[in-house]
Amino acid sequence: MITAQNLSKAYGKTTALQEVSLTIQAGELFGLIGPDGAGKTTLLRILGTLLLPDAGTAFLDGKPVVESYRAIRRAIGYMPGTFSLYQDLTVEENLHFFATIFGTSIAENYELIRDIYVQLEPFKNRRAGQLSGGMKQKLALCCALIHRPRILLLDEPTTGVDPVSREEFWAMLQRLKSHGITMLVSTPYMDEASLCDRVALMRDGQVLSTGSPQSLIEAFDRPLLAVQADDTYRMLTDLRQFESTYSAFAFGHAVHLSLKAPVWPELVQSYLLNLKHTGVSVTPIAPSIEDVFIHAE
Amino acid sequence: MIKPLLVFIRKEAFHILRDRRTLIILLGMPAVLVLLFGFAISNEIREAGFAVLDQARNEPSRQLTDRFRASPYFTMQEGVQTQAAMEAAFRKGSLKLALVIPPGYGEPPVSLQLVTDATDPNTATTLSNYASAIIRQEWAGRATGQQASALVEVKPLMLYNRELKSVFLFVPGVMTVILMLVSAMMTSIAITREKELGTMEVLLVSPLPPALIIVGKVIPYILLALANTGVILWLGTAVFDMPMRGSYLLLWASALLFVGTALSLGILISTRTSSQQVAMLFSLMVLMLPTILLSGFIFPIASMPLPLQVISNAIPAKWFIIILKDIMLKGGGLSLIWQESLILLGMTTFFIALSVRSFKTRLA
Repeated sequence: MITAQNLSKAYGKTTALQEVSLTIQAGELFGLIGPDGAGKTTLLRILGTLLLPDAGTAFLDGKPVVESYRAIRRAIGYMPGTFSLYQDLTVEENLHFFATIFGTSIAENYELIRDIYVQLEPFKNRRAGQLSGGMKQKLALCCALIHRPRILLLDEPTTGVDPVSREEFWAMLQRLKSHGITMLVSTPYMDEASLCDRVALMRDGQVLSTGSPQSLIEAFDRPLLAVQADDTYRMLTDLRQFESTYSAFAFGHAVHLSLKAPVWPELVQSYLLNLKHTGVSVTPIAPSIEDVFIHAE
Repeated sequence: MIKPLLVFIRKEAFHILRDRRTLIILLGMPAVLVLLFGFAISNEIREAGFAVLDQARNEPSRQLTDRFRASPYFTMQEGVQTQAAMEAAFRKGSLKLALVIPPGYGEPPVSLQLVTDATDPNTATTLSNYASAIIRQEWAGRATGQQASALVEVKPLMLYNRELKSVFLFVPGVMTVILMLVSAMMTSIAITREKELGTMEVLLVSPLPPALIIVGKVIPYILLALANTGVILWLGTAVFDMPMRGSYLLLWASALLFVGTALSLGILISTRTSSQQVAMLFSLMVLMLPTILLSGFIFPIASMPLPLQVISNAIPAKWFIIILKDIMLKGGGLSLIWQESLILLGMTTFFIALSVRSFKTRLA
């Protein structure tokens, strides 16, 4: 449904995308996971026909994004990263406006947005600017869906939204899958990766790896230890000197240590105790998507 | 395509109507400006401090002094009789103009001296004009035959504005400034606001043609600008007795043409800028200042240095002010204003062509 081949884009001297290739199947819920500045927004804008790539090609539904941008614009729903509805129009006026400019009506496609819109209906006469963050995103999703697009491009829809609303939002996306809509969602939250069918991990304009969340975790084949001590920062520097260390990163109050080869946890513990660390605990753990991401080359 | 356009216009009207503060400013400003210019900022000067240093002290000199006393433009400072007193009064600021009558005044050839406080050159020029007129009147009444023609050389007749009323100048001027403000500045801000909010991204992705986006955004501002034109016209004619000698149809058509020019400038600015602040500053610097300073509204173009006179030709406001004056004061028809109208039309086409070239169907 969506293919990107060696897409590159630079803003002046800053490289935003470097040879990115992706293939997304029809009906897939695909996640672009990566921190700010990874190139997610640039990629979405190129696919959404809003930016021209410097090099490479991309196809949506078999149509090239540069040449067939008019046809593609009719087939996609796009939700930009910033809240992009009219704050001084009410919920209903916003929805009506976007329905009309896409040549349809609320009634015609009410079926598709009903699940989401019922939550907004009590506030339909409230100005969009006065909605909570979660509500705003639901309204934006409604507006992006109102013309029944076959492809939905969502740029960080859950950024700045409370955890409960985030969960609800993802549940809505899951339900939209049953309507056969292909969705490409970008997010900086690693924990949201597990909610996607497949993900691409992005960093510095490059795709590190692609696959289902499960397969990415399974492909992580290095032993992983969670290490805690009273002085986390000194421990981190010490662990990086440890001979078997592959990489070590702070992870909340602990340090996640990936090893070149299996090592007894006690060996790590005694190494730290020798360096006069206190409160040391070492436990083997299963990797998460975040581990896959930060320990990736 | 009609329905999306109507919905777009309605949306834009909501933006304008719901932003109460801006709306009050936009509707109230023309009235405030006209009243301000009409009552407070007047080029006419009344009761200026005036003194006579009469060194002749004869019948003719007393008659001339009486004539000045009777003038509403001057208030006699009776205490100022000597050169020293005059200088002191000028320094204090209570004296704006002094007339020095030399000994032996009364027999031609006559030579009189007018002394003015030229710290404010406009006032000084106006006052010395008033004074010269009074002196000429005095001699026109006294002299006979040859003497009169020798003395009274010029008798300027102020066509169209015999009393040199400033209202005739500022009504067209205020109208021009307001139309520029509403049409150019407000539209450039309204369009860049969509870029800033990110809604432009969604509009671009929609199947709406870019032309429709622009037309939809612009129409409510055209209506607002025309409403302002009406308010200014009504205040000018009803409150300040500005004559309206030409055709109303032609006047409204010209206003619409100028609104078009201003809108095309606003659109051009919005295609080149991406934030509301930049659009506003740009409009103020590049549009409003020249409109106020170089259009002949406040400073006469004829008295500008040559380079500025050349530049003033590129200011649309200059041509619109000429058109307005031709219609309102001279009662001129299309035959009188077709050249200026053609210039405005040409400018509009040029700016629109430039905007179309730089309007992007994509971001950045």
